Amino acid sequence: LDFSFLHHSLIELTITGLALGAIYALVALGYTMVYGVLQLINFAHSEVFMFGTFAFAWIFVLIHGTAQVNETLWQVLPLLLLAMLGAMVVSSSIALLLERVAYRPLIKKNAPKLIALISAIGASFTLSEVMGLRDKIAGWVHLDGKLHNYVSGARDVYSNPVTIQPTGLFKLGNYNVTDIDVVVIAAALLMMVLLDQFVRRTRFGRGIRAVAQDPESAALMGVNSTKVVQVTFLIGGVMAGAAAALYMVRIGSTRQDAGFVLGVKAFTAAVLGGIGNLRGALLGGLTLGVAENYGAALFGNQWRDVVAFVLLVFILLVRPTGILGEALGKARA
Amino acid sequence: MMIRNKTLRGFAAVVGVAAIAVTAAGCGSSKTSSSSGGTCGHYNLAFLGAATGDNGALGQNMIGGIKLALKDYNAKHASCTVGLKTFDSQGDPTKAPPLATQIAQDTSIEGLIGPGFSGESLATGKTFFDAGLPSISPSATNVTITKQGWTTWHRVIGNDAAQGAADAKYLTGTAKAKKIFVIDDASDYGKGLATVVKAALGSSVTSTDEVQAKQTDFSATVAKVTGSSADAVFYGGYYAESGLLVKQLRQAGFKGLFVSGDGSEDPHFVTVAGASAANGAVLSAPAGPAPADFNTKYQAANGAPAGLYSTQAYDAANIFLAALDAGKTSHQDINTFIGSYTGTGASGPIAFDSKGDIKQSVIYAYFVKNGTLDVNNPTAIK
Repeated sequence: LDFSFLHHSLIELTITGLALGAIYALVALGYTMVYGVLQLINFAHSEVFMFGTFAFAWIFVLIHGTAQVNETLWQVLPLLLLAMLGAMVVSSSIALLLERVAYRPLIKKNAPKLIALISAIGASFTLSEVMGLRDKIAGWVHLDGKLHNYVSGARDVYSNPVTIQPTGLFKLGNYNVTDIDVVVIAAALLMMVLLDQFVRRTRFGRGIRAVAQDPESAALMGVNSTKVVQVTFLIGGVMAGAAAALYMVRIGSTRQDAGFVLGVKAFTAAVLGGIGNLRGALLGGLTLGVAENYGAALFGNQWRDVVAFVLLVFILLVRPTGILGEALGKARA
Repeated sequence: MMIRNKTLRGFAAVVGVAAIAVTAAGCGSSKTSSSSGGTCGHYNLAFLGAATGDNGALGQNMIGGIKLALKDYNAKHASCTVGLKTFDSQGDPTKAPPLATQIAQDTSIEGLIGPGFSGESLATGKTFFDAGLPSISPSATNVTITKQGWTTWHRVIGNDAAQGAADAKYLTGTAKAKKIFVIDDASDYGKGLATVVKAALGSSVTSTDEVQAKQTDFSATVAKVTGSSADAVFYGGYYAESGLLVKQLRQAGFKGLFVSGDGSEDPHFVTVAGASAANGAVLSAPAGPAPADFNTKYQAANGAPAGLYSTQAYDAANIFLAALDAGKTSHQDINTFIGSYTGTGASGPIAFDSKGDIKQSVIYAYFVKNGTLDVNNPTAIK
């Protein structure tokens, strides 16, 4: 047990943990919103995130070319915002496609939840393999030559050619807080607040809450539940796209199975905070990110997941519905 | 809830893997090339390794080397050609055993080039040993394989013990590092290599940590390294993680030397890390650059450039072909022939010790300079 290291690097570990946790939280929103509305765990959501990371890197390759360069965050900001938008568009398109192909036919037929879960797992494998075989798929339509920079080495790591270098902004204790730390945490918080307000204050938000509470009554009151479900998937996709962009700013490379581990962590964060609860997803994500870092510091990095999951079990023992509870009164979404 | 669903997903994954394994086994048999033996003996060599999948590129490098050796041989022995049967394990230890059984039962197969990786080698070694089938691996480097007593198993590449010792020598001798932080990825390969390095470094190891395969955020490990006074980091593992690790270390202000093994010796190391973070990194490998005429011949035969393990696979195939040329056709005779073989191949001088390890292996240090991994000018570590 390395308490002196934990004590010495506490601020650094907290801030990098929060930055990682913010990304978990944005992905967790997708799980929690779909669960809130449909009581269904969208296991393919990790692939929605993965497609976003690729979209982000592709836009950089498209505009910047494949030459490896170093840039600061401010130098690439316009391109970065464009790539983030692209990631959101791609992720939300995949999420809508999932809803249309993997879920809506089952929901229409009133299939048991277990069937939808199997469908989700199948969709997850399919999407991941489509990305991993994109060179072959491009080859079928004879575009693999033209798209070489985007599809070659489909199962290998795919990197953003532009390395975004962090710049130190200010000192906090002995840690130099970087612009990337600040931007990642702030952007995630901003997205959260916007979503929270959207669900609380807008007409659509009211529709989402109505369907979440009682789909039949909502339908009787004239809420178009199909549309509400679509919007829910769309929002989850947009948030996953934002998470993908922030992930790529921090990490810089991705691969066809990058969604799996992150998806499991984000789902854990959703359960930790209280699944079906928007603010819970934020709290769960941040808690998990920081707990992993502390655990890695205390016991060694190989224990980080053990620490995270022991924390989950412990919290579920004390509060079976997560930190903030499964349904936060009428604010449930 | 959580646990139930996780179990379900795990179960589905197992079913999926089983299904893929079944199809892969099917593929293995259907993919066997039809260009089997000639008029005299219907002799075949077999290749077992990753022809497709995540590490398919490495397997294709090996298959290209074997095909080049066969092309040369068959041009000289037009009346008595030797064929190649390819068995695709995707590099997966769970998919290799059924293919190994298939190979062991095929009486037309005179010898095996492979298995490609250490995991599948350990999973299939006993099958081949029991069948008496001689094998030469171009690329499996785990130390324990040749400690199993499988007298039919050989490799034409230096093992991780040789590489780890050379890495330690480079760190303290050439680079004059005093405090070395050793990190590994907990895999058979990475941990094995790091363990050898740690043992050789002794008291120069200032601290250690272990990361996980597919981990992408190393902030806790990075904080440990920058918080220690280490002047060098050794990493045992593959480029996907080592590239990210060196990137995050440099971004956190680590100025020391970064050294890693052949799992990181790949141009992707630089693309993952970014050019400036990768510069100065030293990556060791038990393989030197191929001779220039080999590259030309390889390109002409395969229509693609030679890559990592191409020369070793070429040499392994040539040893079997030399045995056939010397009139050895039973598995036992071929195995004896390999044991006493000495020669110089495209990858360097080749002779085997009693365990099947190559007697003399040179470990090379490759350097990342000006944003590229210089694959043509490594330095031999002596």
